[in-house]
Amino acid sequence: MTTPLLQAKDLRISFYGVQAADGVNLEIREGEFLAIIGPNGSGKTTFLNLCTGYLRPSSGEVYLDGKPITAMAPRTIARRGIARAFQIPQLFLDQTVLDNLMIAVAAKRGIWVPFRALGADGRRREAEELLALVGLDGEAQQLAGALPEGRRKLLDIVIALALKPRLVLLDEPTSGVSTIERFTLMETLMAALRRAKVTALFVEHDMDVVQRYADRVVVWDSGSVMAEGPPSEVFKDERVLRNVVGVA
Amino acid sequence: MRAALFLIALAALALAPIAAPWLQFVLTLALAKGFAALGVAVLLRGGLISIGHAMFYAVSAYAIAFLARAGLNEFVVLLLLGTLASALAGLLIGAFLVRYRAIFFAMLNLAMSMVLYALLSKLYGITGGTDGLRLAVPRFFGLALDKASFDTALYYAGLVLMLGVGYGVQRYLASPLGHALAAVHTNELRLEYLGVPVRFVLLIAYTISAALAGVGGAIAAMAISHILPEFAFWTASGHLVLVAVLGGIGGVAGPFIGSLFLEVLHTLAVGVTDAWNLIIGVALIGVIFFLPSGLYGLIRRRSGEPA
Repeated sequence: MTTPLLQAKDLRISFYGVQAADGVNLEIREGEFLAIIGPNGSGKTTFLNLCTGYLRPSSGEVYLDGKPITAMAPRTIARRGIARAFQIPQLFLDQTVLDNLMIAVAAKRGIWVPFRALGADGRRREAEELLALVGLDGEAQQLAGALPEGRRKLLDIVIALALKPRLVLLDEPTSGVSTIERFTLMETLMAALRRAKVTALFVEHDMDVVQRYADRVVVWDSGSVMAEGPPSEVFKDERVLRNVVGVA
Repeated sequence: MRAALFLIALAALALAPIAAPWLQFVLTLALAKGFAALGVAVLLRGGLISIGHAMFYAVSAYAIAFLARAGLNEFVVLLLLGTLASALAGLLIGAFLVRYRAIFFAMLNLAMSMVLYALLSKLYGITGGTDGLRLAVPRFFGLALDKASFDTALYYAGLVLMLGVGYGVQRYLASPLGHALAAVHTNELRLEYLGVPVRFVLLIAYTISAALAGVGGAIAAMAISHILPEFAFWTASGHLVLVAVLGGIGGVAGPFIGSLFLEVLHTLAVGVTDAWNLIIGVALIGVIFFLPSGLYGLIRRRSGEPA
């Protein structure tokens, strides 16, 4: 059996007495599209924060390729191959869409080139290719802050992909996106992930999106895993239908 | 249009001391403060305001005085070593300060500068206390010049430095490192998640800004020939922030424009009335209200560019 790409072992953390992670054990394998679903406040985003070094668990470990990454800073984990897109897109709002991407490309290649222009050394070309990949090339010269929500989400995701990660963590990629745009965004995103051969873990509230795009679903409830398996099985589970799907 | 304006401004600066010799000293000081204000502007790009940057201006000036006393009395050597002293001080102090943001960063800079001011004022045996230190006229590329000739040479060297250093800073700000600095201001979290060590980005910016203040301090020390603890006083730091905001932080030219405007306005206002602070205050209110991008922003708008 191969080593999981990411593995969480017995993760625990609480906030003011509320268990946001209560002995979480989870694995994600190379090439998987894993969805995490669960009611608001069940600890899904906390799990992403624990995996990316933003929070440290009170106990338990997170492993990447079998090596512990629990005590590492977000930037160290990012450099090891885990990128993240956020529920609220985290962009450089005062800079253009293209500059946002070029900064991400430069971050991957190394920003310690003090006298070379941001767009030099192929950074502009690579950024433009990434923008074209997700259909943002027409907005390259717009300020990131001027984009509508759906486009901001897409930019946030493509910034994460610019790091050429092995695993990308997506926190509610379709939240705040209109129903019409939702599946367009997901189709674009999944095509980009497949093309880049990136493993993905995404937290999602839209069950249609989960059923259509996830290989495996993990159901979260009160800081622990209630159920997991392929969508076809998980969405037949009575407890899941009663406690999660009905309220998520 | 922009290039033409630039060349006209440069020619005016080169010819001004010939047309009005009394302007030379004023303009030399304006250049010196312009370098230091450019240092402040670099930090403002990253969203950090330093109300203590005059300390690096003073570090360079005092370093030069000490070196000159030790027998190193050559303009280029003094300029380089004075700047290096400020850069090293910036590296050391910055290593501690880049952990802080907003008002804490501003106040800690202020505190550091006032500690330096107190030391310079009290350590009479080393610094000359409030009497300060005199600086002999340095040699200029090996030439022993009288004070008037040296001052002229210093002014034109300052102009050349403004072009060279300004170009270097512009390249830095346009580089990935410079863009990362601006990104710290807008979204530090995203930068961390891109794998960029934010504190290191800020430390580099802080060291560069201290070095720029050092260039200014070196020029001022050699122009005035008398170094005082007031170089590090908090009002001097406030003046640098004022100059940076007045000129505008949208480009390298902004702090120099702000400094030249303020020094000339100050000199003219002093000649007209005792209430020169009132004239300067009104001018500043006008700029802040009507030119949020500073004087440089106005020039850019006039030449058809976005401010």
